[in-house]
Amino acid sequence: MSRSSVPGMLIALAVLIAALLFAFTVGRYPAGLGDLFHVIAAKLAGRPSGVPHAAIDVLLRIRGPRVLAAVLVGSALAIAGAAFQGLFRNPLVSPDLLGASSGAALGTVLGIYFSLGAFAIEATAFAGGLAAVGAVYLIGSAMRARDPILLLVLTGVVIGALLGAGVGLVKYVADPYNQLPAMTFWLLGSLAATTASDLVPLVGPVALGTLVLLALRWRMNVMSLPDEEARALGVPTGPLRIAIIAAATLVTSASVATAGIVGWVGLVVPHIARTLVGPDFARLVLAAALLGGGFLLAIDTVARTATATEIPLGILTALVGTPFFIWLLAGMAKTWS
Amino acid sequence: MTINRRTVLYGLATGLAAPRIAWAAPVSDNAGRAIAVPQKVERVFAAGPPAAILLYTFAPELLLGWTRRPAPAECVFLGAGACDKPEVGRLTGRGNTTNLEVLLNLKPDLIVDVGTINNTYISLADRVQTQTGIPYALLDGRFAAIAATYRKLGELTHRQSQGETFAKYAESTVATIKARVDQIPQDKRPRVYYARGPRGLETGLGGSINVETIEFLGARNVAGDRKGGMATVSVEQILAWNPDVIVTIEPAFAASVRSDTVWATISAVKTGRIYLSPRLPFGWVDFPPSVNRLIGLWWLAKALYPDQFPEDLGPLARDFYRQFYHVDLTGAQLDRVLSGQN
Repeated sequence: MSRSSVPGMLIALAVLIAALLFAFTVGRYPAGLGDLFHVIAAKLAGRPSGVPHAAIDVLLRIRGPRVLAAVLVGSALAIAGAAFQGLFRNPLVSPDLLGASSGAALGTVLGIYFSLGAFAIEATAFAGGLAAVGAVYLIGSAMRARDPILLLVLTGVVIGALLGAGVGLVKYVADPYNQLPAMTFWLLGSLAATTASDLVPLVGPVALGTLVLLALRWRMNVMSLPDEEARALGVPTGPLRIAIIAAATLVTSASVATAGIVGWVGLVVPHIARTLVGPDFARLVLAAALLGGGFLLAIDTVARTATATEIPLGILTALVGTPFFIWLLAGMAKTWS
Repeated sequence: MTINRRTVLYGLATGLAAPRIAWAAPVSDNAGRAIAVPQKVERVFAAGPPAAILLYTFAPELLLGWTRRPAPAECVFLGAGACDKPEVGRLTGRGNTTNLEVLLNLKPDLIVDVGTINNTYISLADRVQTQTGIPYALLDGRFAAIAATYRKLGELTHRQSQGETFAKYAESTVATIKARVDQIPQDKRPRVYYARGPRGLETGLGGSINVETIEFLGARNVAGDRKGGMATVSVEQILAWNPDVIVTIEPAFAASVRSDTVWATISAVKTGRIYLSPRLPFGWVDFPPSVNRLIGLWWLAKALYPDQFPEDLGPLARDFYRQFYHVDLTGAQLDRVLSGQN
């Protein structure tokens, strides 16, 4: 790691740690970090901690899994965003560019429509995300074009619109009293229902996708060059593109299946990470993971503590993300002119 | 020339829309609009599910069709022929799915909508009434207004005595239950969490139509401090509330919550006071927000105040289903209804 990136990485790490401390300390149930330390210290010393059992339960079974899920989802979306922005050589790309979110949304509303259980709904969301991106890739690469990337993006936009219409249709025919509110809540994103068992289907895909992206870090740097130059350096752009898209999609679909649609993280966080540690992909991914985890955790902590009822994540991330996006566009408008 | 054309068009329009109808004296609906009703009302179009249920209970022969046709499992608990009526869609509210030409083709004498009365619904009703020439009455859908709504429906359809019968039933049920609830001191009233959604984390805020009957019975809705509609809450928040009773409409949640370690410390789970609402043919506590909640009031009162309501629900439910749903329940059917399963 070059010396110049160390401060940036430390800042990203500090953000995550601060968010973790904050998240464990506050909540609607009166239990905090102090109780957790009491329990651990008492366990080590082999004496009873005196902390009520319910408080420990809240920290370990409810707040703990949710905090971990927020960090994982935020990291995953930021990593996928960084990968897509590099791959598509475009700073305005987010991880749902190829339809992962719209596919997951359709999977979920169908799951709710057919009254499936909570886990089955997550599975349909995950499968929906993978299937959508798979379809986009197959259609986009079946056509021969001079600019395969542009074609892929356009296919993603079109398929995304089709899936959006599908979501609209299912909402239209759904039971307006029971199913429609459930669909609306899910589409706005929330981690309210997270339990420890939700972490298993989240950790696996996220870890696998991240490892693949990290293993490809050198080639990923080359992918941000134009195709011809990358090929001239001996990098097979086609297969590599599949691998990156598959890894990023795996990561995105798993997060969307757990948290619902949480926009902006995958778009905004990679930019902040880039200003902190520079464009080298390995460092960028690491910084984006730390920042994304910290950012979404902070947002989710606000979502669950600000009022007695949950504030949807999608609304909070948009409130933070929109000003940043406008700032980003303003900066780009300068370079365009 | 213009005057001529307008006169001709007007003549055509009135001739087509209102052929040889004898009109009764105008009746004022719950929005205070004067509704000109035909002297004979035999075909009534229900604008949404609450109106369809109200009309079906009142006089099934008047109901032209369902907003959504009941599912086969629900049809078992409705009178013969109830499910042969067509599906006609929704006229107002969330998404208008009725085609106005289909509406005209059904030749209704009257359109009835039951629910919230505000400027949106008044203007929608006025628009449809002007466009189709069919009188369009708005009725109050609040739970406390059930008796008055039946009387108004009786007046609109010239079946005043029938409206009076239903109104009396509703009034005596509400009065009996209310009298007993009023005796219960505030601190003896349970704190209730109303659970919806696959994981039981959706709930109705204070004043929402979803918890209308729970609040009507004087129970303390733990989510009632904030006013509004439906909202999502976290398990942590529910633990902090520690409700005495959980009322739910989700069979899957009701089954899983008893063995869920995360929920285990909640008072309602410890004491086993988790109640799954019956739902056939229409929900007993929440939706559709219509007269189906009247029998639910007994069920809910028993769940919340078991000591004050020792009655057996069976005869009460049989009686209600006979008078309102026009069906005689067998023992097995009654058990199925009370189980709360689909």
